[in-house]
Amino acid sequence: MQATTEQLLWMYEKMIEIREYEETMSRVYLEAKLPPKIQKGLAFDIGAGPVPGEMHLAGGQEPVAVGVCAHLRRDDTVVGAHRSHHFAIAKNVDLAAMTAEIFGKATGLGRGKGGHMHLFDPAVKFSCSGIVGAGAPQACGAALAAKKLGSDAVAIAFFGEGAANQGAFHEALNLAALWKLPVVFVVEDNKYGISVEKSASTAIASNADRAVAYGMPGVLVEKNDALAVFEVAGEAVARARRGDGPTLIEVKTDRYFGHFQGDPETYRPKGEAKDLRQHDPIPALAGLLRSRKLLDDEAEAALRARVSTRVQAAYDFGRNSPYPDPQDALLHVFAH
Amino acid sequence: MSTATPATTRCLSMAQAISEATAQEMARDSRVFVMGEDVGKYGGIFSATTGLLDKFGPERVMDTPISETGFMGAALGAAAEGLRPISELMFVDFFGVCFDQIYNHIAKNHYMSGGHCKYPLVITTGIGGGYNDAAQHSQCLYSIFAHVPGLKVVVPSNAYDAKGLMTSAIRDDNPVVFLYHKGIMGLSWMSYFEGSTNEVPEEQYTIPFGQARIVRTGSDVTIVTLSQMVHKSVLAAEALAAEGISAEIVDLRTLVPLDRASVLASVAKTGRLLVADEDYLSFGLSGEIAALVAENLDTLRLKAPVRRLAVPDVPIPFSRPLEQFAIPQVDNIVASVRGLMAFKLD
Repeated sequence: MQATTEQLLWMYEKMIEIREYEETMSRVYLEAKLPPKIQKGLAFDIGAGPVPGEMHLAGGQEPVAVGVCAHLRRDDTVVGAHRSHHFAIAKNVDLAAMTAEIFGKATGLGRGKGGHMHLFDPAVKFSCSGIVGAGAPQACGAALAAKKLGSDAVAIAFFGEGAANQGAFHEALNLAALWKLPVVFVVEDNKYGISVEKSASTAIASNADRAVAYGMPGVLVEKNDALAVFEVAGEAVARARRGDGPTLIEVKTDRYFGHFQGDPETYRPKGEAKDLRQHDPIPALAGLLRSRKLLDDEAEAALRARVSTRVQAAYDFGRNSPYPDPQDALLHVFAH
Repeated sequence: MSTATPATTRCLSMAQAISEATAQEMARDSRVFVMGEDVGKYGGIFSATTGLLDKFGPERVMDTPISETGFMGAALGAAAEGLRPISELMFVDFFGVCFDQIYNHIAKNHYMSGGHCKYPLVITTGIGGGYNDAAQHSQCLYSIFAHVPGLKVVVPSNAYDAKGLMTSAIRDDNPVVFLYHKGIMGLSWMSYFEGSTNEVPEEQYTIPFGQARIVRTGSDVTIVTLSQMVHKSVLAAEALAAEGISAEIVDLRTLVPLDRASVLASVAKTGRLLVADEDYLSFGLSGEIAALVAENLDTLRLKAPVRRLAVPDVPIPFSRPLEQFAIPQVDNIVASVRGLMAFKLD
């Protein structure tokens, strides 16, 4: 499947947006979390600063998000996991409301009740969960609903390679194949389940091979490359839309940050993250665009300025929005 | 309150009443569908879906693989898209294989979305012992669901209530856990308490959540109870009446929301409280009711300490004499009430 010029440029711009968003978050997150501003004796204070709690950044994993979401419509469903900013951005989640949510503000997607692992934007059918593997069955439910409602909408479940060892993953694959659901399962293999290497957690090298057990196509994308993902995802999404059932895709991708921001990363070789950046997928796509005369310095500058404005506006909105009233903690347990 | 003045009533078992409520709501609302293990041709292991497959076909009455995490998660995903699934867990004891979907997602997603997303789904499941099914197929566990914020919890004691509560459950925009005791479903293969099979109108009606039912009025002691234990309490109250003791029985019907006002009003009247529960004793329903009364001692005057009857913190044993000992019986209720009446508070 050939990407159109529009799709190529969209993917490029979204990758830059994701990267800038995550790089910015990596700095904002650390504000007020390090000595000497924190309790004496601590090296880091997870609950301090404007963005408290855990923070899982997706820098480096942009190709997976844009390569898949380039094929999606507003009424397609995406279910992500704990590390989902890139999917949210690629699914066109409201960036300002998302950022406000991550800051815990009243203007956030969940009015400050969810935080960065629990982002819900029903307008674009996006949700994510902090529980590894839990999204796969939920995507099956969205796909089942589409089928029942006579829509050709599809559902995507994104999760890490660690989730492929969860029962939920295997149950979901069986259910999807059994009921021929319009769902695509996308495994991001970033090599580590927190600190445990894939080879120490997973009995086979490629999770794509597990598709055989459920009678569905399984495709391994060996390169952390937006176009490579785009091509494989295009076929999978089209297959789902046609009513031909699910596909399992695994993408070998790179995690530039720790499992969470502040992770000492003692489990991976020193300098690994830096080396991974030698194969940054963003300049790779820029090179391709330039070779096809789809991008020049002027267009690049305009695009980056556009992205910076968007990202900065979202951060400003998040930072400057009011906190919820404390007693609002009591609201929204039940729908009325 | 129930909305119907019954025009046409028949005696239905609780299983028939649940199935009828579901069928009528499926006919009224095309978004409603049923999924779970053996809900199709078999009609539900406890007959809660009997007849639905013939009426609505396999698209709306879906047998699932034995993959509770898979289909509970799918129920959530379908509910998020605007459908209204009824997802059967068969035995409540099986929640352990899928509780993540229930307590971390189904219960919390509405809240974590700041109220922007709704998950209208019903989880139906069988509870209770008394027929020697041992520790993994005999529990009640409703307190666990009631403990987690975000789930409504319904535990009916008879067919009339079950139909009205089930209709309300399906129409509710929130996740509802609907727990039916196997020993009051009116199954042809398990003895049951006959009071659970009662007159049920053919027409649809709803019973709102959070309204306990006074099963029997009395002046000496309040028995707060639910589910099958309601029927044991009625038998106990009849025996106590012969001794001149007047017991009031409060059937909670729903744990979330809990009708605290009815409990407090009854205890204010009688001054004595026995909680009769088939769940485990500690950290559960009976403790919650006792705490409710304790927190209101400024407006209540007790004539005796609160007493609790429940499974004494042991797994449900298999052998008949062991199980009958572990699960509170009519005689235990009678003896507990006698004890309450004998007590003299200074």
